[in-house]
Amino acid sequence: MEPNENMLPKTFDEFVDARKQGFMRAKEFKDHGGKLAGCLCSYTPQELMDAAGIATVGLCGTSNETIPDAERVLPKNLCPLIKSTYGFAYSEKCPYTYFSDIIIGETTCDGKKKMYELLNEIKDTYVLHLPQSQNREYAKEIWYQEILLLKNKLEETFQVTITDENLRKAVHKRNQLRRAHLDMYRLQESCPPAMKGTEMMIALQQGTFTFDLDQQIANVRQRVAGAREAYENGKRPVSEDARRILITGCPTGGVIQKVGAVIENSGGVIVCLDDCSGERTNMLMVDENADDILRAIADRYLAINCSVMTSNDGRLENTRKMIEKYQVDGVIEVVLQACHTFNIESFRMGRMVEELGIPYMKLETDYSTTDNGQIETRVAAFLEML
Amino acid sequence: MYQVGIDIGSSMAKAAVLDHDRIVKTILLPTGFSGRETADQIYSILEQEGITKANARYAATGYGRVSVPYADRTVTEITCHGIGAWRLFGQDGVVIDIGGQDTKGIAVKNGRVMKFIMNDKCSAGTGKFLEIMTNRLGVTIRELSELAKEGRHITISSMCTVFAESEVISLIGRGTPREDIAYGVMESVVTKVAQLIAQVPGQPYFLTGGLCQEEYLIQRLGIALGGTVTSMPMARFAGAVGAAVQAGKQ
Repeated sequence: MEPNENMLPKTFDEFVDARKQGFMRAKEFKDHGGKLAGCLCSYTPQELMDAAGIATVGLCGTSNETIPDAERVLPKNLCPLIKSTYGFAYSEKCPYTYFSDIIIGETTCDGKKKMYELLNEIKDTYVLHLPQSQNREYAKEIWYQEILLLKNKLEETFQVTITDENLRKAVHKRNQLRRAHLDMYRLQESCPPAMKGTEMMIALQQGTFTFDLDQQIANVRQRVAGAREAYENGKRPVSEDARRILITGCPTGGVIQKVGAVIENSGGVIVCLDDCSGERTNMLMVDENADDILRAIADRYLAINCSVMTSNDGRLENTRKMIEKYQVDGVIEVVLQACHTFNIESFRMGRMVEELGIPYMKLETDYSTTDNGQIETRVAAFLEML
Repeated sequence: MYQVGIDIGSSMAKAAVLDHDRIVKTILLPTGFSGRETADQIYSILEQEGITKANARYAATGYGRVSVPYADRTVTEITCHGIGAWRLFGQDGVVIDIGGQDTKGIAVKNGRVMKFIMNDKCSAGTGKFLEIMTNRLGVTIRELSELAKEGRHITISSMCTVFAESEVISLIGRGTPREDIAYGVMESVVTKVAQLIAQVPGQPYFLTGGLCQEEYLIQRLGIALGGTVTSMPMARFAGAVGAAVQAGKQ
C-alpha cells in the first residue's frame, strides 16, 4: 500500500457521525485492497464487476444537501437525482463516490449523459452506450458489444481476467439476490401487507451501499424471514383498512420521506414499488445455463424497461399486471423535476391506469422542502378519494 | 347535533354550520397572522350562539386545518370543496376553486371526488396573483373587473407573478390605459385557470372561493373553457360547507 493512498476528504472532520462511519467503512475496505465501482443505474451489468472481483456500490444522489454545490456547475432546471449525484462528487461528501476506483454510467437520459462528462473530470467515469430501444434487431448486438467493451475496460484498468466461470458464478449470485428481492416485494401481496412500504424503500436503499454481495443477499433474506414470521405470529405493521398504493415513475430514493412517508401517514400503504429497481426489473433473471454467458447478461439488462427507451410499452404492461397482483386501490406516479422521459410517458401511464378504473395522480417534485405542504394536501386528498 | 365546518384558507377563514342539512350560519374572517387565533375566534362566535363542543361536531379544512385544536377531524380542502359544491349546486360537474394560494379543479360525481388537479407551487392563476395586481394598480377586484370590461386586448405574457408585476409596472410606466392593463391581468388569470381545469374532464363548471361574485371573471372563464360556469354568493363557503358535511361522519 502506497502511503497517502485512500486519504479522507479535507472536510471529513465536519461530517456527522453516520457519514464519518460510511467513510471509515469504505476506507477500511480500500485499505484491505478492495476495489470499488460506483454505479447509478439498473442498466449497469453488475455481474462483470463481480466477476472481476470489484465491489459495486450505489452512489449517493438522493439528498437536497449537495444540490447547491452542483448548481455551481450544472443548470438549475435539471433532475435532482443528477444534480445531487454530481454535487456529492463535487463536494466529496459521498464516501462511495469519493473512494470509487471507477464510476460506471450509461447513456440513459440526456441529463445524465452530459453530466458524466463533467463527473469524469472529478472521477474516472466509464459510460456504456445504451441503445434507444429494445425493438430493433441490431440493438441486442450493439449492447452486447458495449458489454464486451466494458469487460475489456475493467480487465485493462484493474489488471484482471474476467472468466466465463466467474461470470457464471456472479450470475448465479445476482439471480439469488433478485429472487430474495422478489420475495420481499411479495410480502405486500397479503392484506394488510406484511411490511410498511417505506420500511422496504429504506431497506432497498441501504442494500445498494453494501460492498459484499453475500452479505446483501443474507440481509434481504433475513428481513423477509423476520417479517414473514412476525406476520404469521399475528403482527400487523399496517392497518387493514389502509389504501393500497402502487408508486411508479422515477426512482424514489430521494423522496422516501417527502412522498413515501406522507402516503403512509395519510392512511395509505405502498404495496408495490414500480420503479426501475423494483419488481419489474428484479423479475428479469440472467439465463445461468446459456452457452454464451456474456450475451445472456447483455440480453437481460437490455430487457429492462425505462422511459428512456422508445417505445416502452413493456413498462405499462407490467404496471397493469402489478395493479391486479397487489390489488391496488390507487396509483401515484412520481416524476422528478425535469425528467422529460417519465413526465411525457406519464400521460400514457395515467390513461392506462384510469381505463382500468383505478384513480391515478402524478406528483412532479424535487428533493427540496418547498412543496411539502402541497404534496401533503394532494396525497391526503387522493387517499380521501379512494 | 350541529355540524360545523371550518375552512382556514391562506387569506380568509370561513365557517359554516349545518343543522339537519340546513345551513344556519356562516362566518367570514381574515385568517391574519395566526390561524390558531382565528380558529379560536370562530369558536367564540359560535359559542355565543349556543353552538359548542357539547352539541356540535367540528371538521377543519384548508391550509390551516391543523391549527384548529377543537376539530374532531381534518379533511383536505380538495375533498371539502368537491363535497361542498355538490351540496350547494346539487349536480355533478367540475368545481373550480380559485383560492388565495392554490387553484384547483375537482371533478365530482354523485357527491364524490373522482379526480382533481391543483396548481404547482407557483401562484399564477390564483387569488394571490389578483391580490398583488390589484394592490399594484390601487383598485379593488370589483373595480378591476369594471376596468377590464372597457379594456382593449393586451397580453401579460409572464406566467410568474413576480415577473408579471414587473410587466405591469412597465405598462404603467409606458402610459398604457388602466383599462387595458386590467384586461390583461384578468385574461392572465383566466388563461392560467382554464389551462389547469382543462386537465379535469367534465362539465358544467362551478366556481367556488372568494371570486364567486365576480361576474366578469365568471363570464370570461366560461368563454375560455367553452362551457357554462355558474356560481353563487354562498360558493365562497363551499369548503366550509363540505367540511360541515364531513363533520357528521365518524
